[in-house]
Amino acid sequence: MSETLIKVEGVSKKFCKSLKKSLFYGMQDLGREVTGRRHGGNGELRQDEFWAVKDVSFELKRGECLGLIGRNGAGKTTLLRMLNGLIKPDVGRIEMRGRIGALIALGAGFNPILSGRENIYVNASVLGLSKQDIEGKIDEIIDFAEIGEFIDMPVQSYSSGMSVRLGFAVASTLQPDILLLDEILAVGDASFRHKCYHRINKLIATSAVIIVSHSMDQIAAVAKNVGLLQRGSFHIYNDLSEGIDAYNVLTSASGDDFDGGKVFVVYPPIIDAQLTFSAPSVFYGGDLEVIIDLNCSSPLENISLSFTGVNGNSQSVMNWNNRYLSEPINIPAGKSMLSFTVSPLLLHQGRYSWNLWIGRRKHIEALVYAMRAGFFTVESTQPPLSDIPYLPYPADVKLATENGVKFFQALINTNI
Amino acid sequence: MTEQQVTIYTPESLLANPRKMLREMFSDLAAGRELAWRLVVRDISAQYRQAFLGILWAFILPLANTVTWIFLSKSGIVNVASTTVPYPLYVFTGTMLWAIFMDALNAPMQQVNAARGMLAKLNFPREALIVSGIYQTLFNAAIKVALILVTLVVVGINPGWNLLFFPLGIVSLILVGTTLGLFITPLGMLYGDIGRALPLFMQFLMYITPVVFPMPMGGLAATLFMLNPITPLILTARDLLTGQVPQFMTYFISVNLVMGLFFFVVWMIYRLAMPILIERMSS
Repeated sequence: MSETLIKVEGVSKKFCKSLKKSLFYGMQDLGREVTGRRHGGNGELRQDEFWAVKDVSFELKRGECLGLIGRNGAGKTTLLRMLNGLIKPDVGRIEMRGRIGALIALGAGFNPILSGRENIYVNASVLGLSKQDIEGKIDEIIDFAEIGEFIDMPVQSYSSGMSVRLGFAVASTLQPDILLLDEILAVGDASFRHKCYHRINKLIATSAVIIVSHSMDQIAAVAKNVGLLQRGSFHIYNDLSEGIDAYNVLTSASGDDFDGGKVFVVYPPIIDAQLTFSAPSVFYGGDLEVIIDLNCSSPLENISLSFTGVNGNSQSVMNWNNRYLSEPINIPAGKSMLSFTVSPLLLHQGRYSWNLWIGRRKHIEALVYAMRAGFFTVESTQPPLSDIPYLPYPADVKLATENGVKFFQALINTNI
Repeated sequence: MTEQQVTIYTPESLLANPRKMLREMFSDLAAGRELAWRLVVRDISAQYRQAFLGILWAFILPLANTVTWIFLSKSGIVNVASTTVPYPLYVFTGTMLWAIFMDALNAPMQQVNAARGMLAKLNFPREALIVSGIYQTLFNAAIKVALILVTLVVVGINPGWNLLFFPLGIVSLILVGTTLGLFITPLGMLYGDIGRALPLFMQFLMYITPVVFPMPMGGLAATLFMLNPITPLILTARDLLTGQVPQFMTYFISVNLVMGLFFFVVWMIYRLAMPILIERMSS
């Protein structure tokens, strides 16, 4: 079972920024297509066009899984749509062997007036299942979706969870040679999601899989290698951790996300506040010293201070709060300086923005309110496999079984 | 292990390999038949389950149109020349047949528009949408034809053996309607203008077709009526229904032949256009 099922050679696709022009180019392309000429010209860009996907090449065998990663708008979905044959590449060649299944658009073709049972037939037909296929599997589908007696009620009376469950149950009965997953679609509540994962795993085992996900944990769990898409470039990493690292650097280093929505406000009696760090960047496990210069018009008793680090995915990854200090902090009138140290700073390498909140204890209003007002940088020589923060690498890993105990050696330096 | 189908996507136009394209067109047509059937069962049952008047809607509009024109002519507001069959029957059959033609014409764009979400995300035989449109038109046509036949019995007109050929009239109305509808679909999906201008144009077309007026005897009107390819379709179908001898058989046959060929061309364009349209629809 090692046939090559997917072969992608130098595939590129261009998109247009302006809708009016896009429609006009559509007409042009249509004209070319109908007169038997090449789609997309000779690979040159027309005005207002850009490469949404550029020069993508890879091969995939049965049983292998490629993780497609990249920031929003990097062209992941566009590439999937080309592989699925929905749109044509402008440059390059795609060869797909066998039946293609895409676990996207759950419940396509559902009509709300019709019953669940009727909709199963429509949905399955759209996905390419024959009547015999469906009839043999309909009980299994209904069972899996946990719809029970509601199956003959109109779908419009279903809860949203019920209809996506039904959609998933139908779509996952396909047995494709090539499986395209745009974000792993696990739907419903926790126990149903577990069932979904189980189904998806079974599908993954028997097909060539391309999975798009923003969860590096999922990618690390199922993918053999990753392709990192950026606007106008593509790189295959055969070493998973290298690829994920490149992605993490990409998401945390880009300024665009941070610069928007920068907020720093102070309210009386605070006249002025400044936050600085003693050093521009900190090593993984080092000390982050935060210095806050304050200027108050009148004294402040018992303040509450919260300092939060936020990663490139807008997740709060670290917080320091004065709540558990031995005594309250009182700020006198005039200028003062408050500093504290977050130590050890167990954050992966990357750029982080910070939020600051200063108020009076037991008062709801903020006196200093800062959102993404600045950055600090963490450096590390140890590439993370996950974007989950705050975990030192484990040491002393051992596995105890009936046959004894096995110790694992860490490949990288676990001493901080 | 099932036999493996190899699919290749390149920027080359599909027309570069016409034989392969034709083969794919027919294999997709076959593959899409079942889906088309599912879609039409879905649409028809949903449509009638949600409507109190049910299948009455298949002929309420042409019926209302008939009543209007009978009123206009009886009251002398509009002066209509004499017709071979009683005028009410002439208008009634005319508007019913025209409605069948319009159904067929609107079907492709309607189907494609309704399936936009599916088209953008899933790869299924695109032909299924055309076929399901035709099925739906046939279903609605059957109701209308049944109503016409009942009326003929009530009025006491015996069409004779000609009636056996009447289905040909319906088939050609649907063929021509579908072809023209499919022809405008690719453009209509890109630009909303097409969908808006269509009713306007079709209303004009109806008045230069012998639907509510008999064929004019001379002048510009007569030329327009004769140039209009829908004219022989409506006239022949009506003649076959009402026991008259069809007068434009050659014209009728040639329109059908030309449109049959044109249908293939339009089908190919539709197929070629789909990936391009889908790209522009959701980008």
